[in-house]
Amino acid sequence: MTSQSIIALAGNPNAGKTTLFNQLTGARQHVSNYPGITVDHKEGHLEHKGTGVIITDLPGTYSMTAYSVEELVARDYLISHRPDTVINIVDASNLERNLYLTCQFLELGVPLVIALNMIDVARDRGIEIKAEKLSELLGVPVVPIIARSGFGKEQLLDEALAIASQRRQWHPRDISYGDDLDAAIADLMTTIESSSFLDKEYPPRYTAIKYLENDEQILQKGRDTDLTTATRLENIVNKVCEHTVKTLDVYPEAIIADHRYGFIKSILRQGVVTHKFDTDRLYTSDRIDKVLTNRLVGPVIMLAVLFGVYQFTFAWSELPVAWLENFFGWLSTRVDGILPDGQLKSLVISGIIDGVGGVLGFVPLIMFMFFSIAILEDTGYLARVAYMMDRVFRTFGLHGSSVMPFIVSGGIAGGCAVPGVMATRTLRSPKERMATLLTVPFMNCGAKMPVLALLIGAFFSENKARYMFLFTMLAWIVALLAAKLLRSTVLRGAPTPFVMELPPYRFPTVRGLLIHTWERTWQYIKKAGTVILGISVLLWAMMTFPQLPAERLAGFDRERQTVTAGYPATVVAELEQDAGELSSRAAELAGQLTAIGRRQSEEALRHSAAGRIGTAIESVSHLAGFDWRTNIALLGGFAAKEVIISTLGTAYSMGDVDIEAADSLGDRLRKAENWNRVVAVAALVFIMFYAPCFVTVVCIAREASWRWAFFSMGFNTVFAFVLAVAVFQVGTFLGLG
Amino acid sequence: MQTILLRQMQKGQSGTIQAVKVGGELGRRIREMGLIPGTQITIHGRAPLNDPVAIRVMNGTLTLRNSEADYIQVEVE
Repeated sequence: MTSQSIIALAGNPNAGKTTLFNQLTGARQHVSNYPGITVDHKEGHLEHKGTGVIITDLPGTYSMTAYSVEELVARDYLISHRPDTVINIVDASNLERNLYLTCQFLELGVPLVIALNMIDVARDRGIEIKAEKLSELLGVPVVPIIARSGFGKEQLLDEALAIASQRRQWHPRDISYGDDLDAAIADLMTTIESSSFLDKEYPPRYTAIKYLENDEQILQKGRDTDLTTATRLENIVNKVCEHTVKTLDVYPEAIIADHRYGFIKSILRQGVVTHKFDTDRLYTSDRIDKVLTNRLVGPVIMLAVLFGVYQFTFAWSELPVAWLENFFGWLSTRVDGILPDGQLKSLVISGIIDGVGGVLGFVPLIMFMFFSIAILEDTGYLARVAYMMDRVFRTFGLHGSSVMPFIVSGGIAGGCAVPGVMATRTLRSPKERMATLLTVPFMNCGAKMPVLALLIGAFFSENKARYMFLFTMLAWIVALLAAKLLRSTVLRGAPTPFVMELPPYRFPTVRGLLIHTWERTWQYIKKAGTVILGISVLLWAMMTFPQLPAERLAGFDRERQTVTAGYPATVVAELEQDAGELSSRAAELAGQLTAIGRRQSEEALRHSAAGRIGTAIESVSHLAGFDWRTNIALLGGFAAKEVIISTLGTAYSMGDVDIEAADSLGDRLRKAENWNRVVAVAALVFIMFYAPCFVTVVCIAREASWRWAFFSMGFNTVFAFVLAVAVFQVGTFLGLG
Repeated sequence: MQTILLRQMQKGQSGTIQAVKVGGELGRRIREMGLIPGTQITIHGRAPLNDPVAIRVMNGTLTLRNSEADYIQVEVE
């Protein structure tokens, strides 16, 4: 390898940027997050005619303002990393709009090559573009390409590397913004140049334009670096603003946008673009839209598609999930046989294997979900879903795109909040995304279902189906209202502009789908995996330690001996031999010993850290009708909601309760004096809405921050408790128990 | 020739944008998508609940909420 070049890939969303990136780098790419935010940082390597190339895929943006994280990331990357070349990919079939971003690259002066993508689509639409002419007028190389097929990619790299090898200075292009603004820009530049203001980072003219555009990030940076100059600049800008508002009734930023488009039009009109036939004719994409976004048929098809995604994610992944479960079950059995009884074995099986199994158990779900979402995203249908659902979700301060995470999390009962939380990535509006992220765990996921089934089966067996449906509806209502609550309190603020492109329908490439799916899944395994394992071990320790004191253990042993002593030696021997079919006497003894063992487990659980917490908070939890047993089970539910059943089983001396056959536990609860219908409903409400399981919490931390993850735990628990107390108190007052 | 708000336009109706009366983030988003004075637009359709509205502009389809369309004045035949 003789030399190394750094190339950045930039362009509008939907211009084919990712397709080109995949085409150029293949599997040699690496995805990570920019620190602190969820914008993907994609980097790939390739070699072209002896030159090593590191290529960075910048987030897709329409512009280079400072409003969204994507835009900030793209801009900061260009300023701080100064790539040798920027490849600006533009959609040939929508050239005018795409060149708006190009204009801003020209003004910044980055070394630029334009990749004129989808010339085939443009040609089909009767649009002919003269690349040489465009190149001549813009003063940068323009290479026609078809990213999907790889056409033109060699020439593109030739041009990009030719520019990179020059390692030339940045050459900002001047665009005229009309008399008023040009005068102001000259004024601003004089001040900027005389005090070398921000000149390490931005060309003076660029800074001047950003001041006129009222760009928050640069204004702030200016104030932090050199307050006097910054104030002088702001004063000049204010004066111009006043003037343009008075004479033209517009702000400078509007004038700037107008002139940029004017500049683009003036170039395109010089024989760059020719239309062979009427541009207004209906394209295939519009014909598809006539059906898919039709007022009547559209929503029906959408429901079917969403249901399909749901089915695909949860039903089709059942098989690989079962393989994983079997594998870990087999592993546990093996370890059970190899290791001697004791704490180490308990740690390995209940802490580590269950923990790793817990991490990997979600992998098929996440893969299947991201695969189906990738299809919807890449075809362009997801934007239509947002378009159709927006009116509904906006009422609750959310976004049309929120529907997918809700469905996946359990909007159709039985989903999972882990892929649901990860699905919020498709949302680009920060506040709406956060509100979605924090409320999807309210939905009835697959792990809550057996718990709901148990309690409903035990206390409302006559109307099981109806109650299950009611509780699914309740989850929707509560989640949406909670979103509204969050959006009017901690996430208060005007809605993020919805203005969005409905990209033409396209066939996704299999390669793109696979890369996309794998990236997301790997990120989950890598980032969430370690934390989840750690917490799993911690929870195991809380439910195990401190252990029963020696005299209590001895007490249980004595009890066993006393019971055993009451039986003849032959019966005891029969039991020890473990010979399968037992005689009635031996079975009786075995039953008594099991009962002692279960009482011991119950006492050990109560003695453990989790048990002590459960007992300690009884004074508060009884407001909702929960005793210490329920409390421990709910603590256990933090590991995974279905654990509530097994913990409740242990706490009621039932031994290990099988989730699939929890009827006996249901009977036991119905007979327990602390339980009645009101308590059951209070518990149901609490279980549905309290802190998400820790895998979800870790995912929230990864997608947002640990602060939001802790907020989610605290907020949900308090919220759920208030609801449960209300149910219990009102229900008890009305004597419904 | 008359000037109306984008929200009031019918499906299939075309017109030329006269003014975009909003600044800040929304104004910039609207402008960077090509919705500036002088641009030709056609109403492509409306979502099932009548909002958002989808419009054709510069060879592409955009969608925006009615509340956002209220800032856009369009000259229609």
